Amino acid sequence: MNLIDWLAEPLQFDFMRRALLVSAVAGLVCAVLSCWVTLIGWSLLGDAIAHAVLPGVVLSYIFGLPFAVGAFLFGGLAVTLIGVVRDTTRIRGDAAIGVVFTGLFALGLVLVSKTPSQIDLNHILFGNVLGVSDSDIAQVLGIGALTLAVVFYKRRDLTLYAFDPVHAHAIGLRPKRLGALLLMLLALTVVVALQAVGIILVSAMLITPGVTAYLLTDRFERMLAIAIAVSVSSCVLGTYLSFHVDSSTGGTIVLCQAIVFALVYLFAPRRGLLANKRKRRTATSVR
Amino acid sequence: MTAVTAKGVTVHYGDVLALDDVDVTVERGRICGLLGMNGSGKSTLFKSLIGLVKPDRGTITLHDKDPAVARREGLVAYVPQSEAVDWAFPVRVVDVVSMGRYGALGGARRLKAADREAVDAALERVGLTDLAGKQIGELSGGQRKRAFVARGIAQDARLLFLDEPFAGVDKRSEATIVELLRSLRDEGRTIVVSTHDLAAVPALCDEAILLRRKVLLHSDIDTALSAEHLGRAFGLDGAVA
Repeated sequence: MNLIDWLAEPLQFDFMRRALLVSAVAGLVCAVLSCWVTLIGWSLLGDAIAHAVLPGVVLSYIFGLPFAVGAFLFGGLAVTLIGVVRDTTRIRGDAAIGVVFTGLFALGLVLVSKTPSQIDLNHILFGNVLGVSDSDIAQVLGIGALTLAVVFYKRRDLTLYAFDPVHAHAIGLRPKRLGALLLMLLALTVVVALQAVGIILVSAMLITPGVTAYLLTDRFERMLAIAIAVSVSSCVLGTYLSFHVDSSTGGTIVLCQAIVFALVYLFAPRRGLLANKRKRRTATSVR
Repeated sequence: MTAVTAKGVTVHYGDVLALDDVDVTVERGRICGLLGMNGSGKSTLFKSLIGLVKPDRGTITLHDKDPAVARREGLVAYVPQSEAVDWAFPVRVVDVVSMGRYGALGGARRLKAADREAVDAALERVGLTDLAGKQIGELSGGQRKRAFVARGIAQDARLLFLDEPFAGVDKRSEATIVELLRSLRDEGRTIVVSTHDLAAVPALCDEAILLRRKVLLHSDIDTALSAEHLGRAFGLDGAVA
């Protein structure tokens, strides 16, 4: 089979065209958010939000609402609860995150087990991009476009918040509001990515593109561009590969991203492992 | 016309009393050193003045205005201490200086031609024009400080707060920074420097506040740095020769 057939064959199928669209959009939105999220140090917050939306998704199915509604509400609830627990106790932030998201995730598991319906837990946990409905696609495209538009408009404020929130405060901006905005965008992004890779692997989509790009550049705009390129190409390639080798689509997408990261980790021109070794050797031989 | 006033400022952290009924007045156009050892309440007072810590009691004004108003009007600039900055963050020197303009811009913070001119002028003034495109972490200790001072200049702030400005800065760069700050003072700006590095104080400051939970002394530099007063501030009562 030549390359053109390899690329063209899956496109005959409607479900593959939908899957490619949804995973590419999810990859794009996640890549953009991942740049700020990883620089601030919120990587695991994305994972927490993803797990915490499970009860919201289940309740949406039960009440016949769009899945995004429940998911977003519970994402917001998780973020609020994490903040409350952290600010009103002596518990550290990471433990506050851990307590809240596991509690909500557990609630979701209990709800699924007690709901006599056709909810497939596997689809929610591991994604079901090959079976997305028209309504799913509409939600992914709508929320994705909204998130990207807000991020594009507020990108300089978000970078200021990530780099120096005290300066933001000193010039009369409200860093807490900027933080809340970014959390809301993060929750929306999680909702988009759920469709593509499922709850368990959302955090990979929100971390790997950003950190891969971070190893390759010192410029934020380039970091964004590289993250988008890595993420979208991994999503498209992963979806194709999963079709041809009949593997889990979400898993294959994230594996592609991880392989790109591993290659960059080893071979990045300035910050890669080999480049660092070479630098150290040169430094030693000079001495 | 005062630059900074604090009246009866008291701050607790839980049960710990960090600042006890602190009164401070700094006139405009002065460089004032805020001196004290670790735990003296120096950084608490500094944070209260910037508005990061809310005092339990007492009032603060900046340029005779409510601090929140002064901040919104762009009067207040802040130069962080080195440890507070992520030097690996992917921003260039010019990006950092541009952030000084954000307060006066629209929601998207798009720089206009006048803003770019202000940024270029600020870079020129601190001697970083040639390094404007460098990632911030590529600069030396002294250049990093100057980049953040340039951000305050681009902002045209009237009040600059510097936290430990000489940590990690070599002597030569220190002299450059002192000269820069004094020229900003000569334009009528007020500079408040929080530091425990006493060696740099005489060359830079016009006056000093010795802090040890309370204001021990607010005076000219020679008096403040006399053995007797320093001993009290740094807990070496009688032990300083």
